Amino acid sequence: MTRFLDGEALAKAIEERTPGSVIKRSESGIWVKPVKILDVCRILKDPSGLDFSYLTSITAIDYVEHFELIYHLLSMRNNYGAVVKTLCPGRNEPSLPSVTGVWQGADLQEREIWDLMGIKFEGHPNLKRILLWEGFDGHPLRKDYLDIQ
Amino acid sequence: MTNIRTEPVTINLGPQHPSTHGVFRLRVTFDGEEIIDVEPVFGYLHRGTEKLAESRNYVQIVTLTDRMDYVASMSNNLAYVRTVEKLANIEVPERAQYIRVISAELQRIASHLMATGFLLNDLGALATPLIYCFRERERILDLFEMLCGARITLSYMRPGGVFQDAPREFWESLATVIGDLPNYLDELETLITSNEIVLARTRGVGLLSDAQAIDASVSGPNLRASGVKWDLRKADPYEIYDRIKFNTPIGSLGDTFDRYYVRLLEMRESVRIISQCVEQIEEGPIRTNTPFFVRPPKGEAYCSVEGPKGELGFYMVSDGSIAPYRCKVRAPSFLNLTPLRDMLKGWKMGDLIIILGSIDIVLGEVDR
Repeated sequence: MTRFLDGEALAKAIEERTPGSVIKRSESGIWVKPVKILDVCRILKDPSGLDFSYLTSITAIDYVEHFELIYHLLSMRNNYGAVVKTLCPGRNEPSLPSVTGVWQGADLQEREIWDLMGIKFEGHPNLKRILLWEGFDGHPLRKDYLDIQ
Repeated sequence: MTNIRTEPVTINLGPQHPSTHGVFRLRVTFDGEEIIDVEPVFGYLHRGTEKLAESRNYVQIVTLTDRMDYVASMSNNLAYVRTVEKLANIEVPERAQYIRVISAELQRIASHLMATGFLLNDLGALATPLIYCFRERERILDLFEMLCGARITLSYMRPGGVFQDAPREFWESLATVIGDLPNYLDELETLITSNEIVLARTRGVGLLSDAQAIDASVSGPNLRASGVKWDLRKADPYEIYDRIKFNTPIGSLGDTFDRYYVRLLEMRESVRIISQCVEQIEEGPIRTNTPFFVRPPKGEAYCSVEGPKGELGFYMVSDGSIAPYRCKVRAPSFLNLTPLRDMLKGWKMGDLIIILGSIDIVLGEVDR
């Protein structure tokens, strides 16, 4: 059975190496500062530490006041998962550090989020639209997309 | 002669190319015959499933999931309804769970048969092996027709169970089909597995190492072919998989042949799973009494199943209304394309077709 690590265990491992990154911890996961997401992911991937070698998915949700990004991580060796969340404020050009340098699997997912949600990932090697064509107006998964049209 | 310089040539493969298995486009740069760069272009089948889901109720979305991986509707249904059940705390009767596992495993065989048939088609064994595979797939589609009246877009499952019980004829036909399948798979193996041409074309071609497969979020048979023993049915058993005995076949090299062979072995395991389910299943209700408009409490849930292509997951957020606030799909075909560039570099045009074929993508799921 894949068990999910609780926020305490995750926060302890992270705070040791980058103090002040974790904003909130709960039973299901942790909330981290947007600017720290890359450092946090590097620490979590570290094979000598928690060993989250597999990035299951990245989800972006538009809550109108802010965007929420959810990273589902998995450690195949230990069979446990983790949920890392972060907030991305602002509707005009919101941006976050890209984690493609940590997991190659983030490549297409970040492009998809840029395409449909309009969140820029700083440091992504090829941040182009993926499902829609270049020149498409707007980002359709945003909640206000139909109002704009 | 040795000093002839070649200019790199960029050509388009697709979107209307029969070997891309749908409307998929690759911009391939060749140096002579060798591939030096690949850029996949997606989106020709994008229908905005995730956006559409936000304006439909929870039962209506079942029909949208059919149209993602359209050769494996049952697995899509299962992943979706399990997420809704987790979100709304709906219990599922045991009989329904068994029927769901049986149909999902039948679907896995049907999907793998199609992958195998098309791989051989891509190898140049035109149509004959494909028709052999389709012959058996047809019998599985007949079984689905008995279950729910549809053959491709099934919409058989509902939050809380399945929409009707399997009729009596279904069990008789199922027994015949799973009785015949092992013989059929033997036949397929004698035709393919030791075939010299198949081995020469597939052994060592399109290597994907275990480390890169994990790094690139590859899942399903592609991940197992690279030697990673990871199967959600074992690692995180859902439904009634914890009561079933089966093996997880893995490959050794991560080449095109391993990806074919892992699928073939998985079909044998699926037959084993179905026979055990048929032995264990008991009479009982097939659906809990859920209202047509499911209103899950506020919250979010992620749930995934081991589909034929890999880990198929849904992340759903509920705001308490009859439609989800957000419905994200973790599509295995889409993520399995992440390492495509590295897998294709250095190979030739003919290899490109079979490497792409062995990844087994369905464009309905890639583009959603």
